[in-house]
Amino acid sequence: MKAFLAFLKKEFYHIWRDPRSLLILIGMPMVQVILFGFAITNEIIDAKIAILDNSKDEVTQEISNKILSSRYFKLYDYLSGKDQIEKSFRKGKIKIALIFEDNFSKKLYRNENPQVQIIADATDPNTATTLINYVSRIILDYQSKYIKNNSAGLEVVSKMEYNPELKGVYLFVPGTITIILMLISAMMTSISIAREKEKGTMEILLVSPIKPLMVIVGKVVPYITLALINASTILLLGVFVFGLPIRGSLIVLMLEIILFIITALGLGIFISTKVETQQNALIISLMGLLLPTIILSGFIYPIESLPEILQYVSHVIPAKWFLIILRDIMIRGTEFGLIIKETLILFGMMVFILFISIKNYKIRLE
Amino acid sequence: MRTILYILQKEFIQISRDKLMMGVLFIMPFTQLIILGYAASFEVKNLNIHIIDMDKSSFSRDLVSKFSASPYFKVKNISNSFKTAREDMRKGKVDVLMEIPVNFEKNLVNGEKINIYLSLDAVNGIKAGLGNAYANMIINDFNTGIITKNTGKEISLPIGITWSNWYNKLMVYSTFMVPGILVLLVTMIAIFLTAINIVREKEIGTIEQLNVTPIKKSHFIIGKLFPFLLIAFFELSLGLIIAKLVFNLHYEGSLILVYSFTLVYLFAVLGIGLFISTITETQQQAMFIAYFIFVIFILMSGLFTPIESMPGWAQKLTWFNPIKYFIEFMRMVLLKGSTFPDVKNHFIIIAIYGMIINILAIWNYRKISV
Repeated sequence: MKAFLAFLKKEFYHIWRDPRSLLILIGMPMVQVILFGFAITNEIIDAKIAILDNSKDEVTQEISNKILSSRYFKLYDYLSGKDQIEKSFRKGKIKIALIFEDNFSKKLYRNENPQVQIIADATDPNTATTLINYVSRIILDYQSKYIKNNSAGLEVVSKMEYNPELKGVYLFVPGTITIILMLISAMMTSISIAREKEKGTMEILLVSPIKPLMVIVGKVVPYITLALINASTILLLGVFVFGLPIRGSLIVLMLEIILFIITALGLGIFISTKVETQQNALIISLMGLLLPTIILSGFIYPIESLPEILQYVSHVIPAKWFLIILRDIMIRGTEFGLIIKETLILFGMMVFILFISIKNYKIRLE
Repeated sequence: MRTILYILQKEFIQISRDKLMMGVLFIMPFTQLIILGYAASFEVKNLNIHIIDMDKSSFSRDLVSKFSASPYFKVKNISNSFKTAREDMRKGKVDVLMEIPVNFEKNLVNGEKINIYLSLDAVNGIKAGLGNAYANMIINDFNTGIITKNTGKEISLPIGITWSNWYNKLMVYSTFMVPGILVLLVTMIAIFLTAINIVREKEIGTIEQLNVTPIKKSHFIIGKLFPFLLIAFFELSLGLIIAKLVFNLHYEGSLILVYSFTLVYLFAVLGIGLFISTITETQQQAMFIAYFIFVIFILMSGLFTPIESMPGWAQKLTWFNPIKYFIEFMRMVLLKGSTFPDVKNHFIIIAIYGMIINILAIWNYRKISV
């Protein structure tokens, strides 16, 4: 036990003595959350619009003003010819263009159905869809006053549940926690074990009186500590800086976080049993763990929009289940009873991964 | 010159001996492009909707069937209880709730104003925003139909609205993402591998051996960077071919322009990798700093969320982000067919960027190796 404690102390020294890495490890997640929390919203605002107004009368003017005064659009320029539209798009200056045909108000008063044409830069299909919808709604709204007392029709009242301002933090805080825990637990552990191998000090550890299993435990404990510190700082930031709610139970949340950390550590140990150099450990962690975690966990992309095959693949990604649990507890305030299934799946994964990696851990040298 | 060739030879031998590395270099473009190209989609389809139909009239059923016919929605449940609907949303079974109020049909026929209530699960803002847009389109469409029916006139909306989607008529999301993924591919190779490669010499201690040889610093740096320049170009070419074959991407602009910009861009990004290697001592450190910078660069690049939506200060921060310029450039040239005059500024900015970062890196490199 004493030998183990000494070994544990050594491991902590390794981390403590490298203040640069420590600073990055603790500072990085904070910077990320702050930056993304403030900078990334999913609402589209201030999209650059160009207007080609062929009639320049009071109606087109009023519609243009209505569009420009909404927070969604910002005027790039009034154009004078159709060829300028193409040019502005190609220069990347505008996202959307509006063309009023000539004699607009005259046609409107004579009931001749004047035309507005909306052209969107659909290289980004979602922005295009959203912007077209915004413009159409403003124009529809404007013309409702010309529909004389017949059908006032339907009005849609939308409410964004749980996240009325469509803030990015609601997505990013749980996501960042997941990624950081994965990064620290899996990647750091695998690199740190691989370093002992690369430098040849692994042999020394294996011939020392510490049991091989304890070597691994000693390697892992500092990173568990670090991971917990990180998870807590991100949570605190989310709650106090961004007003993110934790609607469910905090204790359950922390227990789930520990469950995920151990799962990720297991993955890290597994990788380290398979590689000889730090560089290889790094490449495998990046390719095999981090990318799938970012792409297939539902962190950025909703799982439903993945192709079907990838949806099946996503089932074996621990981060997917962890994210569901995190979002449920924090934002929706789901009670534990409803997330038992996800928790059990994660638990099963943890047991399996730990079993495999300990079986693969070689206590002898080739 | 001969010394450079020797260093290059050494580097290439070292890289080609690493089986894992070689495998990754070949496989990465495929997996990244294919998986990311298909997966990195914000295409929102099959949103689960729970419709609370309080009216149960032929009109309300009409509206419901419009939703079930749309590819964007999947009607999961139709009920007349607000409580079960909310429960469904809380359990994450549905993304959208829509309430059709009582007397929907009666009021519609009488030409009175009716509110349709939509609730969207906005934990994922993108999904909610698009879901809202799609639902609005369907309801507007339905509305126009009703007005036409009521007034008996073909079109009774005074202003006709038409729209067209340029550059991506089929609204395929991968068309939008693939140029960006190519950028990630090139950048990852350049920043990560360069940084780690040089630091590894430090960590193993071989940098001292190199420092006492007659190799000049500049030779050493060129020898270290050049292989990755070649590899990055190789990855770009492979990526462009895959994009063409798998995603049927039609390149509107000139590929010569793309390659020349990539050259300027790599000059800058390899400089970043070099700079990182000068400020770190171990591979682990280098790796972390590289990762940190990389993630911030990506998320602030406009790859996922439009830059215009960011607050002013964040938009200014993106001016210092080389990835932003490259992604903009790739989308403009590959998808819209922009020509050199359109992207002249991108060239100038990245060239200056590259110069500054390389001067910093080389200056820093001298200092520590003395």
